Formats: sequence, structure tokens, C-alpha cells
Amino acid sequence: MKTDAKPARTARSRKPGSWKKLGWVLFFLLPSAVPLLIFTLIPMVSSLWVSLHRWNLISPMEWVGLGNYANLLGDEMTRRVFLHTLIYVAGYLPLVYVGGLALALALNQKLKGRSFLRATYFLPVVTSWVVVALVWKWLLNPSNGLVNQVLGAIGLPEPGWWTDPQWALPAVILSSAWKDLGFVMVILLAGLQAIPSDLYEAAKVDGSSAWQRFWRVTLPLLSPSTFFVVVISLINGFQVFDQVYVMTGGGPAGSSQVVVGQIYDLTFRYGRAGEASALSWILFAVILVITVVQIRGQRRWVHYA
Amino acid sequence: MRDTRSLPAKLALYAAVLAGAVIMLFPFLWTVITSITPEGSLADGPKLVVDDPTLNAYRTLLDAIPMWRIMLNSLGIAIASTLLQLVTGAMAAYGFARLHFPLKNVVFGFYLATLMVPLQVLVVPLFIEMKTLNLQDTYFALLAPTIASAFGVFLLRQAVTAVPLELDEAATIDGAGHLRIFTTIVLPLIRPALATVAVFAFMGSWNSFLWPLVVIRSPEFMTLPLGLSTLQGQFTTQWDVVMAGSVVSIVPIAIVYLLAQRHIIAGVAHTGIK
Repeated sequence: MKTDAKPARTARSRKPGSWKKLGWVLFFLLPSAVPLLIFTLIPMVSSLWVSLHRWNLISPMEWVGLGNYANLLGDEMTRRVFLHTLIYVAGYLPLVYVGGLALALALNQKLKGRSFLRATYFLPVVTSWVVVALVWKWLLNPSNGLVNQVLGAIGLPEPGWWTDPQWALPAVILSSAWKDLGFVMVILLAGLQAIPSDLYEAAKVDGSSAWQRFWRVTLPLLSPSTFFVVVISLINGFQVFDQVYVMTGGGPAGSSQVVVGQIYDLTFRYGRAGEASALSWILFAVILVITVVQIRGQRRWVHYA
Repeated sequence: MRDTRSLPAKLALYAAVLAGAVIMLFPFLWTVITSITPEGSLADGPKLVVDDPTLNAYRTLLDAIPMWRIMLNSLGIAIASTLLQLVTGAMAAYGFARLHFPLKNVVFGFYLATLMVPLQVLVVPLFIEMKTLNLQDTYFALLAPTIASAFGVFLLRQAVTAVPLELDEAATIDGAGHLRIFTTIVLPLIRPALATVAVFAFMGSWNSFLWPLVVIRSPEFMTLPLGLSTLQGQFTTQWDVVMAGSVVSIVPIAIVYLLAQRHIIAGVAHTGIK
């Protein structure tokens, strides 16, 4: 079994066992390959095909070539939904990273009730977006929501949150950061625990302050985890949908509409499936470019111990 | 980064961490309180102590939507999709880590490609596929996109690769075939990774919204997030009912998380995500 592993390249000459080997390959791979083929790969290809047509899901498809892409790129609405998505990511990422890092550092200490606290911070992560969005929608209710009652009680202005075009997106960003904090915390905790403690001992012997140890030891050695968090958060951030759909529905006046919300509306509200497919491929291209740029750029700042 | 801290610093840390925990837990606590508050007194503003708690909201919830059915749907789909992903994922992981075949890297590349395509890109054609096959509004439609997950394959392959080859060789000498090696050696040794994949799979299915929203129309096939979101419009926001539904949907996932909690950090640390 093992001896014929290496010269597999020359295995063109049918060895007696090679049919049996193929059988094992099929046995182990088909259960995942067939569903992935039918429910991911084929839809991927057909999505490209749909994006080249004008189609309302019912009448016959009409070939428009790259027309959908051209329309979308020239459309004011596309620019708006991408801008909103960008604002969302730009607000969300620093909040979850700084918050998650502070939490990870705190909960990496020897504290009583540490695992209870970790579980508490992780609870919002496992809770469905719909529930979180509903709860926050209600807490942030401009007229009688708890947050505004508290703000009013201490004499601060009470924003219109999801009824005011200026505040709808910040409301979504805040509740998203609140929900995902625990996820970032867990990833960074795992990273912190991988840092050898003798590095801290050595730094201490050299007379460095806690602050210096944080900047010179912790942060650089945490850079692989940071990299993972940033890549994942950007990918997820550009795909934001559930919380927007439930909290604001993209409103008021389209002020919080994001790219995926637009894809959904184009397909199921306006019957413009071709443009929706094209928009989803534009979104994918944007995410892909950003991810590739990050992977290329990681050598500048990510240090693997 | 441990001990040798002054007492005030330690107290400050406790205070900060606990304050944060309150901010995390408060909305949930509030959800529970609202769900047992008599409808009329909600408008009066927030109160931490409910004068006359009632389970009316839960009763209304049961009348408003087929809640038991929806719960069972969510649970059944989540369990089925978790088990399927574990089986298909572990098998593929073994295949990629232990078998040698031509074009292996190309095939693995296809798996990774599917990982990179967001659900949003697939939603339209997948919906059409289901419509063509007349599978809208079925359990199968809910389950289909989650039978196999490239993410799971990727994570589990890392874990299988970490299992020493010597173990396989020893078993081979003892006359064990691939199936025996897979089930008796590899599977037990990759348990932390399996637990991690299980939690992610369960969470993903339990919380998924976009796909059920697209493919399900009738209440009897709805899952929890979908059912809850429909409550919103149905009652010009009877918040006590919505919050009762939220409580019902949080409890099972919280239990699953608590059961798997200790595996998660270890799983994340050992499967190469870090």
C-alpha cells in the first residue's frame, strides 16, 4: 500500500491493484464531490451564464452579453450599495478587532470564572442574526428603546437609529460588532496561547515594560491570528445581509442598503435575475481582489514564529 | 503576561471584564424579561422586575406560527447537515491526506474554489435549480447546499495530515485496509477537529437565513430565523411575542455551544486556523 505511493507518477502502466485503488479514491471522495458539484460548482457556472442575460425568472432568457455588467457599473445605485458596504466594513473591522483583542488579553489572564466569562462573550456569536437583529432593533427603537431612554436620562442626544438615514448604518455596525466580538476573541485567544511564555520572561529580564512587551512581543507574534481575523472579517463584512434585512430592510430611503441586499431585491422584488447574478459576480471579484492583495501583502507584516 | 499584578490593577481588570459581560448578557436578559412581561406594561419603559410575569407571549407564539414544527425543522436540518458534513468531510479529508491519485491537487483546487465562492453568487442559480427540479419548499432544498462543506474538508484534512503515518503503516502490517484505518485510527484521533466542524456546521445551519428565505414559502417548512422574521410584520411588532420566539431559538444553540465549548478553542488552535 505504502511502497507504491512514491512512484505514483509512473503508474500509467496499469498495475494489478490500480483499479482497486481507484475504487478507494471514489469511495472516499464521491460523497463530498457529488454534492459540491451539483450544489456549488454547477450553480457557479450557471450563475455566470445567467449574468449574461436579461431574465425575470419566468419568460425566456434574452442574451445581453456584458450588458448587465455595463449597466451596473454605470448605475448610481451600485455605487451607493458598494459605498454603504464599504462604510460598514470600515466601521465594523476596527471595532471588532480592538474590542476582541482587549477581551482576549483580559481573558487570557488567570481570572476566577474565566471560562464562564468566555462563554458569555461567545453567546452572541452562536445566536442567530435574526434574533440579534430583532433584539437590537428593539433596544435601539428611537421612541421607547432602552438605549435612548438611558441616553436621555444622562442628558445625551437620542439618535433616530434605524429611522434616521444618518444613523441606520451605524446602528447595524454597532450591533454587528457586538455580535462578532466573541468570535474575534476566541481566534486571538488561540493565538495568544501559542506564544511561548519564555519570550515574555526574556523581555522582562531585559527590563522592558508591560507596554513594550505588548508592542514588541504580543502584537508581532499575534500577527498570524490578526491576519486571519482581518481576512475573514473583510470577506464576511462584504457579504453582510441578514442584520440589514431584519433591522432596516435597507432603509430608510435606501440609506443602509448593502450589496447583498441589492442582489436579493433585484432578483426577488424586481425580477432582474441577470443583473442580480452580474452584481454577485462583481461582489465576488471585489472580495477576491481584496483577499489576494492581503495574502500578497502579508509578508510585510505577518510574522510566523 | 501573568501574575505579579498589583491588587488595584487586578480589581480594575475584573470590573472591566464584568462590565463587558453585562453588556453582552443584558440584551439576552432583556429578551427573557420582555417575553414574560404582560403586553400592556411594555410601553411604560424598561423595568428589571416584572410585577406579574406571564407566559401569554409563549402561548400567542404557539398560535401565531407552527412553532413546534419550526423548531423540529430547524433541529432536524441542523442535525442532518452536521452529520452529513462530518461524514462527507472526514472521508474526503482521508482521501486527500492518505490516498495518492493523479490530478489530486487539481481536484483539491476545485474544492478550495467552492470555498471561495460566497453563497450570494449561488443563490439565484441554486434557486432556479430547485425550481426546475420542483424542490422548492422541501426539506431537501434546505439541506442540499450543506451536505458537503469545503471548509470542513479543508479543516479535517489538516487534522488527518497531522496523524502520524507510522500508525497507518503499523495497521497495514497488521492487515488493516483503508476502511479499518479510517474508522479505528484516524477518526478517533481527529476528534477535536470533528467537534470544531460539528459546531460550525450546526451553527451555520441553525442560523442560516438567506437560503431558507429564498427557497421556503410555506410555514410548515420554515426554520427558526425565518419564522421569527415573519413575526415582525405579522403583529405590528408585538415585541413580547417576538422575544418569546427569540428565547426559544437561543436555548438549543446555547446548549450545543456549552457542550462543545472546551473543544472550540483547542480546535481552533490545533487545526491551523490561528
